[in-house]
Amino acid sequence: MEITAAQALVRCLEKENIEIIFGIPGAAIAPVYDALYNSKIKHVLVRHEQGAVHAADGYARATGRVGVCMATSGPGATNLVTGIANAYMDSVPMVVITGQVNTERVGTDAFQEVDTTGITIPITKHNFLLKDPAQLGETVKKAFYIASTGRPGPVLIDLPGDVTSSKIKFKYPENVKLRGYKPTYRGHPNMIKEAARLIDKAQRPVIYAGGGILNSSACGELKQLAETIDAPVTNTFMGLSSFPGDHPLYLGMLGLHGTRYANMAITECDLLIALGARFDDRVTGRISAFAPGARIIHIDIDPAEIGKNVKVNLPIVGDVKQILQALLTQVKKTERPEWHRRILELKDNYPMRYSREGGLKPQFIIERLYAETDGDSLVVTDVGQHQMWVAQYYRFKNPRMLISSGGLGTMGFGLPAAVGAQLGIPGQQVILITGDGSFQMTIQELSTVKEQKLPIKIFILNNQKLGMVRQFQQVYYEGRYMAVDFLFHPDFELLARAYGIDGFTIRSEEDAVSMLPGILESPGPALVNCLVYPGENVSPMVPAGRGIDEAIEFAEGENTL
Amino acid sequence: MKHTLSVMVENQPGVLARVAGLFSRRGFNIDSLAVGQTENPAVSRMTIVVEGDDRIVEQVTKQLHKLIDVIKVGDITAEKYVDRELVMVKVNADAGQRGEIMLIADIFRARVIDFGRRTLTLECTGDEGKITAFEESLRPYGIKEMVRTGKVAMLRGTRFTSVENSGLDQDVE
Repeated sequence: MEITAAQALVRCLEKENIEIIFGIPGAAIAPVYDALYNSKIKHVLVRHEQGAVHAADGYARATGRVGVCMATSGPGATNLVTGIANAYMDSVPMVVITGQVNTERVGTDAFQEVDTTGITIPITKHNFLLKDPAQLGETVKKAFYIASTGRPGPVLIDLPGDVTSSKIKFKYPENVKLRGYKPTYRGHPNMIKEAARLIDKAQRPVIYAGGGILNSSACGELKQLAETIDAPVTNTFMGLSSFPGDHPLYLGMLGLHGTRYANMAITECDLLIALGARFDDRVTGRISAFAPGARIIHIDIDPAEIGKNVKVNLPIVGDVKQILQALLTQVKKTERPEWHRRILELKDNYPMRYSREGGLKPQFIIERLYAETDGDSLVVTDVGQHQMWVAQYYRFKNPRMLISSGGLGTMGFGLPAAVGAQLGIPGQQVILITGDGSFQMTIQELSTVKEQKLPIKIFILNNQKLGMVRQFQQVYYEGRYMAVDFLFHPDFELLARAYGIDGFTIRSEEDAVSMLPGILESPGPALVNCLVYPGENVSPMVPAGRGIDEAIEFAEGENTL
Repeated sequence: MKHTLSVMVENQPGVLARVAGLFSRRGFNIDSLAVGQTENPAVSRMTIVVEGDDRIVEQVTKQLHKLIDVIKVGDITAEKYVDRELVMVKVNADAGQRGEIMLIADIFRARVIDFGRRTLTLECTGDEGKITAFEESLRPYGIKEMVRTGKVAMLRGTRFTSVENSGLDQDVE
């Protein structure tokens, strides 16, 4: 029997066990929406396409499955662009479906036409412009396969309206044939053997674990390796929650706003074991001063990451979980008391600290939230100072418990990502920690929160500023603060009420202590405006161009207005 | 140093844009790029000459390999290969100079392919050095117009680069 390509697309999505699509309809994608009318796939209508793509992203990160979002041609598609780039930078599996003008109009500057595949080449793992309706099944199969295998990433399918309206004989292929795409999963046995040898020989190893650990579900193997070879572990921002935050071997996050002891351990180590991490500039600081005395083992599924930023002594390409499993059979159980004495010394000499003088400190809120939730909440953040304070002061217990925009640093990611995460794991407590700057960039999705009855608890760490930019201007532009102060804010408590959501204001430590338990236990969504001390800086901080062991901390007087 | 890459790609719309875009956004310099169909109509072959040290060329190769439509990437620089480029030159040629120019053409085994009132158009094939020498020897007469195809290359002997067979499978893993 013949069905339309749009109906076939919906069948494909059902075959891929897609439960939820985030999107906004429009003319060019109308045939697909019509086909969804009779499907059991839930469609979540967001308020802006950026919300759809971030929600699909949050859904994918929370569940480990492929997120799907949909938009129409032209502005629908361009509104997705930021979110696609975000998913690409953070290696999130996603399939993006866009409508396109009819094939005979493609290239004529038609109404709501934009070259969607052209625009998204640099920010997708791959994309397709489907011109032949008969190839729909094969294309969708390929899209899901590419998005979810190897190093995951977003794949876009652009569908002209006449293509989705055409009748086709539908068959969903069982397998895909892609001769240009063959990810490597198994590490080279000789390389693994050599890695075990280097580890046994090392005196002061450090494990530097990134988001790849989470993507390959290798948290158990990571912990086992750390404990077997008795090596301290530091996480990249993307790697947070891959190693228990309260583990004695844990050093916290490294890099620009990392702990000083993690950064110094890197500087002093003689073997750096990089697992699913990419030596990003926010991690390494001045490259020549990064792990200067160390041999480097780099394990990653993406061969292009190896040797891109730093020279590596031993590269192993493959799935980090499989490689660690193989490696674990070869490394010796070791103890390194001397190295641990040194690490403890570093931890004692350079502890994470902030002063509680001067008002309600944002770090205090994070610590309270951690204490109140026992580290069991799924934390979603936006981008800025609050994001770094979460990274520093919330100790993640379980994998995938932090969802945040790492690589692209997209302000406005938080609220829609929280929507997607909560829909992905309905029973899980989701808290969004955001800033007054980020939150207002996608504030319209409060409607989606209410409409979908999502019990998300939103905490705005409100300093009435673009705090991270302000800190940047303090450090690099001698305090010439330009365009960082918000002279007007809506009354967030009232705003919450306008959306039918409970609103609260926290003004002091006492408020925080007394109000947080009730807010967290309330059944519905809540918006909590936390009026924090506005002069607080993120500390420590590695100044631009310096080695990561040269972090500065802000003295009391330097956290000023 | 110049590297010659032989890149087998799916013969699909957009592939050239993907490859060219990759070079520009990652700041790699393309010296020349020639593309055309192979013995298999579903496959095109790009010969790309890229300038850079070993680290850069390694990155280029790996990034190319990440493109789904790229089937195979080989750096044949260190191999034994033959390479050719084709050039067409329209050169000033007054009656008195034509003889000299034809002589030069003869030396380079170039051919006259068009004849104007005051110009001659010549074609010449050869490796980069020969083409450059040819160009230099015509320059004194005044080159009105010149077009070069960019280099195409092929391994010598029985070894070959193709999609199915691995004469030189420099897949980057």
